[in-house]
Amino acid sequence: MAYSGRARESYQNELANLRSQGLFKEERYIHAPQGAEIEVEFPTGNPPRKVINMCSNNYLGLSSHPEVVAAAHMGLDHRGYGMSSVRFICGTQDIHRELERKLTEFLGTEDTLLFPSCMDANAGVFEAVLSEQDVMIADRLVHASIVDGMRLCKAMQDTFKHSDMGHLEEKLVEHQDKRFRMIITDGVFSMDGDIARLDAIVALAEKHDAMVFVDDSHASGFIGKTGRGTHEHCGVVGRIDIITTTLGKALGGASGGCVSGRRELVELCRQRARPYLFSNTVAPVIVSGALKVLDLISATTERRDKLETNTVYWRKLLTDAGFDIKPGESPIVPVMLYNAKLAQDVARDLFAEGIYVVGFFFPVVAKGQARIRTQLSAAHEKHHLDAAIAAFVKVGKKYGILGLGKNQIIEKYGL
Amino acid sequence: MDELKKAIRDYVVKEYLEEGDDRQVGEDTPLITGGIVDSFSMVSLKRFLERKYSIQIPDAEATPQAFDTVNGIAALVTKFTKG
Repeated sequence: MAYSGRARESYQNELANLRSQGLFKEERYIHAPQGAEIEVEFPTGNPPRKVINMCSNNYLGLSSHPEVVAAAHMGLDHRGYGMSSVRFICGTQDIHRELERKLTEFLGTEDTLLFPSCMDANAGVFEAVLSEQDVMIADRLVHASIVDGMRLCKAMQDTFKHSDMGHLEEKLVEHQDKRFRMIITDGVFSMDGDIARLDAIVALAEKHDAMVFVDDSHASGFIGKTGRGTHEHCGVVGRIDIITTTLGKALGGASGGCVSGRRELVELCRQRARPYLFSNTVAPVIVSGALKVLDLISATTERRDKLETNTVYWRKLLTDAGFDIKPGESPIVPVMLYNAKLAQDVARDLFAEGIYVVGFFFPVVAKGQARIRTQLSAAHEKHHLDAAIAAFVKVGKKYGILGLGKNQIIEKYGL
Repeated sequence: MDELKKAIRDYVVKEYLEEGDDRQVGEDTPLITGGIVDSFSMVSLKRFLERKYSIQIPDAEATPQAFDTVNGIAALVTKFTKG
């Protein structure tokens, strides 16, 4: 054993630093399936209490849907628990390819490849299709998994100011000497909930001969009239070269992700993407559940329509009550508090009122941009949202923030 | 502020501050630890310096610490300009 006292002490100090900086993350134990109401043990050791969940990515309320659960059981019974293999040795079943075909059809692309997660898809895709001769130009607010994937790729990295089309065009012009340019963006940005201007991005890409990559994890299943995603919302279906997305949010919420897009790019991922080559196949039970999810949301838009209704209602409730929210259309609704301690205090008090939300602050969001991110679900009923706003108003009054704008909150609480 | 530092500061303001962001950038303003430039976006600053001053800054030297202030960046440019 070479885990010396010196090593232990050093790691203990690192953890103590995280605690003292307020950056230490603690899990909360949930004693129930995922849903609009869950039983949460917090602080650890306390009896679980029922709260309204306003912080999950269960956008369509399918995580515990009886038909999805039944389909998962069927998968377990007919295709087993695990495959004990990567995909290309002996880990590909008929249902894996069936799910890839259905995702291709749903997303309106040419082909799809499953990954263990969208984090893995993003980690592997850039290195598989780009080289030193190319450049990746990313929106500055893309998800951390994209940043990691870009770091693993030898192509030049560059960034443009968030959703700033003028700055993006400058970069496209600057990099005309490269073999390929790839514009990289989230479809819906996970912290602000705003939607990428994919119509403008695609127009610039076509003008300056660039490919377009979109991570649509916070959009697949519900953004756009039939829930295909941001490309449907922006009217550019068939014009996005690579879409990555997850099965871990709206599409059943278990795990798994994919790269979907141009046939050759997907095939290169199958040949070269390391997280695909060197990690286990997605479990049959998840594949079967996801197939049912696609059936359900292809048959009717009822669930995404309900999510949209809930989103409009919740945004109006918060605005009418005098909260400072990030405007937009997505079911990610950030309540801006700017000050990190205030965000944590408000989240704690809301939990005491039976509302489960989490405060986000630096380094997850920029300094001085602390917030509570609320997320809607089709599993929410009107009475959940009415109860939630009553609690928000009660806590908002306690801290005297109702009706205050950015500068007034900062004046009162500092940054 | 000499010409080199002014050029660096002007680039930082144009490249990294959003419209309406009125934060002042001085010679010692912490850029990376202060949240103005993130390490992900730092590459464009390095490339700007290399092009404008016809230098090569090795990746090992282009650390977030070295790039944290206009003064630090100017020192780095001077070091590699002198060869």
